[in-house]
Amino acid sequence: MDAALIALGLSLKVALWATAIDLVLGVAFGYLLARGRFPGRDMLDALLTLPMVMPPTVLGYYLLVLIGRNGPLGAWLHSTFGINLIFTWQGAVIAAAVVAFPLVLKGARSAFEAVDLQLEQAARVLGVSPIGVFLRVSLPLAWRGVLAGALLAFARSMGEFGATLMVAGSIPGKTQTLSIAVYEAVQAGQDDTANVLVLVTSITCVLVLVAATRLAPRRVEAA
Amino acid sequence: MIRVDIRKTLRAGQRCFQLDAQFASDSKRVVIYGASGAGKSQILKAIAGLSQPDGGVIELSGQRLFDSGAGINLPARKRRVGYLFQDYALFPHLNVRQNIGFGLQRGWFNPAARGEPAAVRYWLEAFGLAEVAHQMPDELSGGQRQRVALARALVAEPSALLLDEPFAALDPALRVRMREELDSLQRRLDIPMLLITHDPDDAATFGGHVLTIADGRVAGEDKHG
Repeated sequence: MDAALIALGLSLKVALWATAIDLVLGVAFGYLLARGRFPGRDMLDALLTLPMVMPPTVLGYYLLVLIGRNGPLGAWLHSTFGINLIFTWQGAVIAAAVVAFPLVLKGARSAFEAVDLQLEQAARVLGVSPIGVFLRVSLPLAWRGVLAGALLAFARSMGEFGATLMVAGSIPGKTQTLSIAVYEAVQAGQDDTANVLVLVTSITCVLVLVAATRLAPRRVEAA
Repeated sequence: MIRVDIRKTLRAGQRCFQLDAQFASDSKRVVIYGASGAGKSQILKAIAGLSQPDGGVIELSGQRLFDSGAGINLPARKRRVGYLFQDYALFPHLNVRQNIGFGLQRGWFNPAARGEPAAVRYWLEAFGLAEVAHQMPDELSGGQRQRVALARALVAEPSALLLDEPFAALDPALRVRMREELDSLQRRLDIPMLLITHDPDDAATFGGHVLTIADGRVAGEDKHG
């Protein structure tokens, strides 16, 4: 049970950080894709949505190549800051953030697209700066959709397995998240542990989904 | 007081529309009249800075807002024009008070739900909106919505007021009343107003200087008093 709680705590920590990162980047890119008119927009959209359709293990491999000791980003991080991300919980955060990112992006993009362009124009004519228009009109009108996407991303991060295992490994108490602990328990024939872990995971996911569906329909009302 | 000489080519799929509008007026009541699709909205949006012409000059109250030759293109937020959108474009997440005070508040945050600067209070009183100051736009009647939108545009004392089909969304009885309200408002404030409409009655009752637009060009003009 203790091991289960530790794994749950780690999963929550990883999922929260991953969701926070996705929220910032998802809102920024979601707004850019919804309102920006620039060449290569469709390419950018496809590129950012890729994690949704690619196998997590493939993503994990890409991440290893990128942020591993010998990868371009990993080598730079190590030589400049002495940071190593492989086999750390921070590595698990990055893996989960990449895998779950399209969920926030899609939610944010469609939420921003649903905001009436005239409202943003009205704010501009009233003398408000572009950042002001975004913070005072676009974001408040889109935030339900953004939040629904973030909750889905949180649930997806909680369940992340493939990419996390590739990047962060399975170190009990350090990088062994709930879903990885389930796999390890089953492999080791510890059915009791597996049962507890599966139950804890299921309850968490149901709670998140209920919260997400409660948020989603009211978005229509606000629009 | 207003001088417009702009060109813009608009493309939507296979169709191509050429706007090539020149006019000038010293009247404080200008009506641009024409069928829908004649280019009226484009002219209004260009004056407000919401759409950029391909070339030309726009001058309002002695200020050059746009001049492609001189590389001048003032952003919408610096043009100090009031703009009344056809369906009012009231902010649905803000109450009446916040909507009216929106332009008075600079920076990254919306006005407080209960705060009421003197200018906001003045317009709430002037338009009989004090009773509904705390309500959200979707709880208002059509006439109230239009008054809120007018107050929101006027509160920052713009140098001119642009009105996009201001009466099209109203039922006939209310339309007659709001025309009268706008008429007396213009006389009282003595603010230059430029109105676009497809309704000949609007042009007849409100217009000082009526410009008829057809196919992206000024096809005729008519001055009353």
